[in-house]
Amino acid sequence: MSQTAATEHVHEPFLQHHFAEPAQQVDASKIGMWVFLVTEVLLFGGLFVGYGIMHSKHPEAFASAHHHLNRTLGALNTVVLLVSSFTMVMAVAAAQAGKRRQLLRYLTLTLAFAAVFLVVKYFEYSHKFHEGLLPGQFYSYKGESVPGEFMFFSFYFMMTGLHGLHVLAGMIAISWVLRRALRGDFSERYYTPVDLVGLYWHLVDMIWIYLFPLMYLIS
Amino acid sequence: MAAHSYSHARKTYSAVLAALLALTVVTVAAAGVHFGSPSVNVIVALVIASVKASLVALFFMHLLYDNRVNAIIFLTGVVMLAIFLIFTLLDVEARDTVRPSRLRPPAAAAQAPPHSPAGSVTAPH
Repeated sequence: MSQTAATEHVHEPFLQHHFAEPAQQVDASKIGMWVFLVTEVLLFGGLFVGYGIMHSKHPEAFASAHHHLNRTLGALNTVVLLVSSFTMVMAVAAAQAGKRRQLLRYLTLTLAFAAVFLVVKYFEYSHKFHEGLLPGQFYSYKGESVPGEFMFFSFYFMMTGLHGLHVLAGMIAISWVLRRALRGDFSERYYTPVDLVGLYWHLVDMIWIYLFPLMYLIS
Repeated sequence: MAAHSYSHARKTYSAVLAALLALTVVTVAAAGVHFGSPSVNVIVALVIASVKASLVALFFMHLLYDNRVNAIIFLTGVVMLAIFLIFTLLDVEARDTVRPSRLRPPAAAAQAPPHSPAGSVTAPH
């Protein structure tokens, strides 16, 4: 793959002048993306540690509060995100193989699955707003509850909310890649943006893989 | 990198997706089983989640056949997070054993002389 730019002396239009060849540019972009992903892991990591502390201090409150979450909707959203990760990686494979139609199809599918995820999340959130199952001082649930349940909802809304913002950011990034794909920017020689947005999307999926059992399944 | 043809890639990724969906069913099923103590259940859930996350990282994020430096960067972050998490939880769990004075029942703690340090934080109801 790396013989192209070296033999022809004409620079590829996508190759920035400070890189010797496309392969070097791809490597540099990917390293940058992975460093960014590590900062994301640590951002969520802080919240996971906080969750771990409060869970070990107030196990009854957390166990009782999690019954208010809808396990079926949580599992549905897990499946939706896993499938969207598959369609995203297929979009990358299609871009790599220069299959423009498949690239467009898989990007659109990924975008659709992301939207389904947020719609399900909207129904979950509005149900909780309605019941008064809210974080901190806003907790106003009238039914039977164990003292301290508000803490679980503080973590629930902070973590799933931040994750939801990431899904939204992912949708914007995928739309941008989709627009560029429609414009015909990508080929088998150049598809780095598809690749990098894919990495970001898989990280969003990966965080949900941990959120789902910790939020919905603890007993 | 490009050695995998498109149809070959689709086959691999479909198998990974099937494994991820199967593991999701396993997680939900495992949540219904009582492994003795609740913390064992949490550990089982985290182990299954980590297997799933590894599949995503190795195949969907291409770490298995990508430039090694990316895997090193990512693993460094994960190891740092593990240190952060494990040592924090060890500290939280061990605190009462190290300072048995904090194990007084709430009534005794309330009657304790004012100069004693506040015990564990009581949550507002």
